[in-house]
Amino acid sequence: MNAIEVRDVHKVYRRYGRRKQFATLKSALLSGSVLRDLRPDAVFEALRGVSFDVGAGKTFGIIGRNGSGKSTMLKLIAGIGKPTSGGVHVEGRVSALIELGAGFHPEISGRDNVYVNGMMLGLTRRDIARRFDDIVRFAELEEFIDAPVKTYSSGMYMRLGFAVAINVDPDVLLIDEVLAVGDEAFTHKCLDKFADFRRRGRTVLLVTHSLDLVTRFCDEALWLDAGLVKSHGDPKRVIDAYLMDVAGAENRQLAADDNANPKTQSPNPKSHAPGPNPESRIPDPRSAIPDPQSPIPDPHEVPPDMFKAAEGRWGSREVEITAVDLVGASGESSHIFRSGERVEIRLRVRAHHPVSDFAFGVGIFNAEGVCCYGTNTDIEGGVAGELSGDGEVRFVIDALDLVEGTFKLDVAVHRRNGVPYDYHRLLHTFRVKSRLKEAGIFRPPHRWSFSGGIRMSGLN
Amino acid sequence: MLANLRQLLRYRALIFSLVARELKARYRGSVLGFFWSFINPLLLLLIYTVVFTVVLPGVHPKELEPFALFMFCGILPWTWFSSSLLESSNVLVAGGNLIKKVLFPAEVLPIVTVLAGLVHFCLGLPILAAFLIYYRVPVTPTDLLWFPLIVAIQLVLTIGLALFVSALTVHFRDVRDLLANLLTLWFFATPIIYPLTQAPERVRRLLNLNPFTHLAVAYQEALFKPGPFTGGTRLLAAGAASVVVFALGYFVFDRLRDTFAEEV
Repeated sequence: MNAIEVRDVHKVYRRYGRRKQFATLKSALLSGSVLRDLRPDAVFEALRGVSFDVGAGKTFGIIGRNGSGKSTMLKLIAGIGKPTSGGVHVEGRVSALIELGAGFHPEISGRDNVYVNGMMLGLTRRDIARRFDDIVRFAELEEFIDAPVKTYSSGMYMRLGFAVAINVDPDVLLIDEVLAVGDEAFTHKCLDKFADFRRRGRTVLLVTHSLDLVTRFCDEALWLDAGLVKSHGDPKRVIDAYLMDVAGAENRQLAADDNANPKTQSPNPKSHAPGPNPESRIPDPRSAIPDPQSPIPDPHEVPPDMFKAAEGRWGSREVEITAVDLVGASGESSHIFRSGERVEIRLRVRAHHPVSDFAFGVGIFNAEGVCCYGTNTDIEGGVAGELSGDGEVRFVIDALDLVEGTFKLDVAVHRRNGVPYDYHRLLHTFRVKSRLKEAGIFRPPHRWSFSGGIRMSGLN
Repeated sequence: MLANLRQLLRYRALIFSLVARELKARYRGSVLGFFWSFINPLLLLLIYTVVFTVVLPGVHPKELEPFALFMFCGILPWTWFSSSLLESSNVLVAGGNLIKKVLFPAEVLPIVTVLAGLVHFCLGLPILAAFLIYYRVPVTPTDLLWFPLIVAIQLVLTIGLALFVSALTVHFRDVRDLLANLLTLWFFATPIIYPLTQAPERVRRLLNLNPFTHLAVAYQEALFKPGPFTGGTRLLAAGAASVVVFALGYFVFDRLRDTFAEEV
């Protein structure tokens, strides 16, 4: 039996033009355009033919990027909006945790708000009276329940909102990202309540960016992309497909950023003022301007205002680095690597005249500008022979033991005393992905082992 | 539409709780609290008394003494009417959070506003009663039986208009300002601060097109004027108009309902 049936749902949002914002009833009446103004100028299709079923008692996750139509779908299922075409059928009582404590009145007490809010969610006065103590206990507000809600902290407010909504005891619970808020302890409590729900065979539909939550709890997952179902089925499979897609988009984005930077192929060397001293480096203003179009595919990874360190390129250019490639285990040039993957940094160099005093250097910096690792052939004892014409340098990292994050590269060819021929400062970006969310920078190869009375599983 | 009305009945407990909340919240933080519901009309009555006995004695017919009380019979229901409409014009926009995030019928909000106004109206009645007794106005007991009917008709009319106005404000925010002026005009187009009989014949015919004229006259007849109630036909007309207004208001509201969640 299905608890939720969604059949070919389209949802079109009407957008009104700028003109409408200044239009008034008076002007509409005067120009006789009341009906025309009520008509939209443009439409936006939030959902473009979505169909799926959620079996009764299943926990179902909807994932997708921002703006993919997840929340719209949830609202349609909750009945807050109506689909433009198609059908949504829900079996049993629905409770939607879309915004906690929506409809609380700040001036009246928590007690009165619980009653009013409960009734809004479809309970009768008697139902609420019976559950009142549970609600207050769950929200941990025994002492404050008779104080006006405006005196509550935001945490108290939220807890009360959650407590009411969850105690409606619906057949179908819709959750929109609300578990992401609240302190650790309360989140655990919510998850417990949530698990309890599943045990009692209730249907849960979860819209979230927390893929971890979907993997842990959901029986099925649906990936929405730009209003269409991209994938549906086993959560692991759907999430993997989603991650691949996000990584692909990031990769394209990073590649685009890279192209925007002054590249080695630049035909006009004068645009890079040469200077022997690294301190006189010229920051490239173009790279300081954030690309307004840049999509942020994964909201957990919103890049802060990173890379304040000046990027740029300098050097005498007697020897030039003409291309920098990052090549992953697949042998393809990429900007996204898995933690632990084999990565090669390939530098194509060209000497305009033969030199014998040279060294190659590589530095890896994280988003905070911390140097994670830096080395050069001289430090490692390399003795320069001769460099003439074209050549390729490969810096091979057998296992890229970095934690997840964005990193930037310095690459250089310089004299052994440090005077650069060609120095690329933070011009090349790559990203390390990991399924684990460890802290720090470096992931030393490691394993856990236990003895005595300790049992643990799941580690690999 | 009828199905929606039936559904509304299921929400009556919520409506009553919201009315109670509205009343509780209104005076929260004020020293006199609920007493303001008594004091406001009382002060209003005192002001009118002073104006019409001290400043402007004798501009009104002698049989309408005390004139302030005559006016009060119309002003009290008018205050309910106009404040309900003004407040409900804003109620959907102000309650946008609810409409967007919680599933419940939006018409609850304007209806709650009108009902909260009704409670305030009722709280003003004891003041009116006290002065009627004080001035020994002869009230015919059978006239009082008409009183609930008049209130009921006004309730239907006000809810109908409140639904219309609240739905329209979602699309045109300036309905609020327009409405304030319209209500001022409407106030003077209703025989509240003058008796209908004083208006010239031609104007009277126009005034009779205004449903609130009949309500105001009915209030005056039932509460103030001596003699048996003679406003039966008036009430019938006002009642019919109110039902039509309600049906139209609800129709418009229902048609625009689906746009609320996107527009507020």
